[in-house]
Amino acid sequence: MEILEVLKQIFNLQTFSSTLRMATPLILAALGGIFSERSGVINIALEGMMLAGAFVAVVVSHFTASPWLGVVGAVIFSGLFALIHAVVSIEYHAKQVVSGVALNMLAAGGTVFLLNILFNTSGTSPSVNSLSYWGNFKPTVYLALVAVGITYYILFYTSFGLRVRSVGEHPHAADSLGISVKKIRYICVVTSGMLAGLGGAHMSVGTLDVFREGMTAGRGFIALAAMIFGKWHPVGALGASLLFGFFQALQIRLQGVLPIPGEFIQMIPYIFTVIALAGVIGKATPPQASGKPFKKGER
Amino acid sequence: MDSILELKNITKKFPGVLANDQVNFDLKKGEIHALVGENGAGKSTLMNVLFGIYQQEEGEVFYKGQELDIDGPEDAIDLGIGMVHQHFMLVPTLTVAENIILGDEITTGLGHLDIKQATKEVAELSDKYGLDVDPQAKIKDIPVGMEQRVEILKALYREAEVLILDEPTAVLTPQEVKELYKIMDFLAEQGKSIIFITHKLQEVLAVSDRVTVLRDGKSIGTVKTEATSEPELAEMMVGREVLLEVDKKPAEPGELAVEVNNLSAQNNRGVKALNDVSFSIKEGEILGVAGVEGNGQTELVEVLTGLREATTGEFELKGNELLNHSARDIKGSKVAHVPEDRHKHGLVLDYTIEDNLILGYHHQQPFAQGINFNFAELEKHAEELISEYDIRPRDKDALARSLSGGNQQKVIVAREFAMDPEFLIASQPTRGVDIGAIEFIHQQIINQRDEGKAVLLVSAELSEIMSLSDRIAVMYEGEIVDILEVEEATEEKLGLLMAGGQI
Repeated sequence: MEILEVLKQIFNLQTFSSTLRMATPLILAALGGIFSERSGVINIALEGMMLAGAFVAVVVSHFTASPWLGVVGAVIFSGLFALIHAVVSIEYHAKQVVSGVALNMLAAGGTVFLLNILFNTSGTSPSVNSLSYWGNFKPTVYLALVAVGITYYILFYTSFGLRVRSVGEHPHAADSLGISVKKIRYICVVTSGMLAGLGGAHMSVGTLDVFREGMTAGRGFIALAAMIFGKWHPVGALGASLLFGFFQALQIRLQGVLPIPGEFIQMIPYIFTVIALAGVIGKATPPQASGKPFKKGER
Repeated sequence: MDSILELKNITKKFPGVLANDQVNFDLKKGEIHALVGENGAGKSTLMNVLFGIYQQEEGEVFYKGQELDIDGPEDAIDLGIGMVHQHFMLVPTLTVAENIILGDEITTGLGHLDIKQATKEVAELSDKYGLDVDPQAKIKDIPVGMEQRVEILKALYREAEVLILDEPTAVLTPQEVKELYKIMDFLAEQGKSIIFITHKLQEVLAVSDRVTVLRDGKSIGTVKTEATSEPELAEMMVGREVLLEVDKKPAEPGELAVEVNNLSAQNNRGVKALNDVSFSIKEGEILGVAGVEGNGQTELVEVLTGLREATTGEFELKGNELLNHSARDIKGSKVAHVPEDRHKHGLVLDYTIEDNLILGYHHQQPFAQGINFNFAELEKHAEELISEYDIRPRDKDALARSLSGGNQQKVIVAREFAMDPEFLIASQPTRGVDIGAIEFIHQQIINQRDEGKAVLLVSAELSEIMSLSDRIAVMYEGEIVDILEVEEATEEKLGLLMAGGQI
């Protein structure tokens, strides 16, 4: 009886639509991660870029009353935010992980600080206009799915995509053929920020209508896991994001249904992320040059 | 024939170094022109000037009679100058066709990649020049020889008329080298002009039309290949007469030093790689081990140096049993080891020359004092060995990584020989080393013998084995099939034994 009840809670239409909602920010950020890493730049600042995007979307929506302008603002701002990572890691050959950590901290602190300055509140922003439904979902959900297709096409069916892949695998080969490694990497890192920002906007003005301190709650990192789980492939990342999204949806639906403390149920998506990364996926080979600064003339 | 490319009085300075000093080089249409010189003679610098990677301080580049100002590889490629790098510039995860068109893609509409057309064009090109490749295979799945053909096609796809091949044979098997010669001849017949960079003189004589020799950044001269010889080229390269033959006195073997009996061991895959190997070496004697690579030589050396466990057998040095002792123990028992892979086992590339010169002996007196180093002693040791073994640069603080192959090898030889060993194991001691250093290392090995050391020399170069050894053991499939006195060993006999035959 009990089990049947639980299963009913798990497998119904609501769970599936909430899976898609939960997966949306993961999909977008994971695609961002794919662009960045395929070009050879590790981006663990996806988390911070999402958070910044979420915040800027609310701010712009608050002052213009247009959630759509909020989304656009989030995309542009997160792109610029990513530009910091690009300059530091491409121009100055810094350790990309360190730069990423710094940006994450900057976003976490900066959003709280500005929340105070702009709205004179701490913790949660005032309500703003949020995106309205298109059919069953918010528009950002459709945008995420379209982005998967576009990313796939760009990476595997265009000359730009071929160059991105070559730069991430063997930048010296690309360089010897007159391809600008720097330019490709700049474009990819900024694109990565824009996608993550869109994912953040989905969370603040898409799913909710406020910004909350630390609201991305590690989704940027789960998106990184989804990217790896999906073997740096957009369709793989989509599948992985849906899976992780499903566990997040499950976690919400199971709260109060099972006689287990809620905290344990909240752990589910994260535990599953760890299990997935620990080897269920088999061998995942990252782009060879990922994380390695490119210096002309060096081998 | 007209010159297609002329480099006139090229001078390129780096801080403290004159890398190219008034270098002249000209390439005629349809010829294969070898550019030879030892490591550091300025070959790469010259090509980098040609490719616009460096800007020369003086001198001009003329291409088809026009003076050029090349700003970067793109310019050179546009002009029809193609380079096949020593370390292939191929993306392993992409296909052959993708690698060839990369940077000059065939597209339709807004950057849509036309892979079908690309595959077709690559296949046509491959047919036209007889360069057999599979356009749809991924680079990571194809053999090295094919990778090289892909590199050549990459240049031809960009309509290169001048092809630069940088040390193209370094990674090839002897059969693949012959194949490459054919390709080069064919390309030259088709009117392509080829610059062939190498330091192996037999290759120069086998395939080139003319040779230009560089030494210490200067062009020493250009000669017709048919009018020159190996000794003459070697002398031009090194700047003095080079002993291609080693000068050695007959051995005066003393007491029995090393005794190995019934040694067996497995390789990394758990397959028996050494089978009942027995030999002995006397003081003042060099035992050469000949054999096609992969017939157990590596495992033999590893067992004798404590890097691999033997399953059965005995290994005695002057009465001390050393089998399956730790590498440190064996080193401490005065066994010196020049390993076959100097980057993997011989050096820490990011350590200085000084530190590399005490590796493995760092815990011993006088280098260590309690838990500290005696830095004054380290410094003295480094300075002595650097001058005695002529290691360049003469800077004990230079990183091993920055040294040429020959000098890296000298660091290892200096370290191992200076500790006054009783048994010396040298595996491929001159692999990838330039002529001057080869001569030096050979002389050092002979000197060690003459001082009464027992020497085990493992080498894939038959000429090296034959010129240095006093006796020659031939290995085949993990066994020593025969041990010959050097006087009775001929190349034919050894070749036969190496292939598993009987005399």
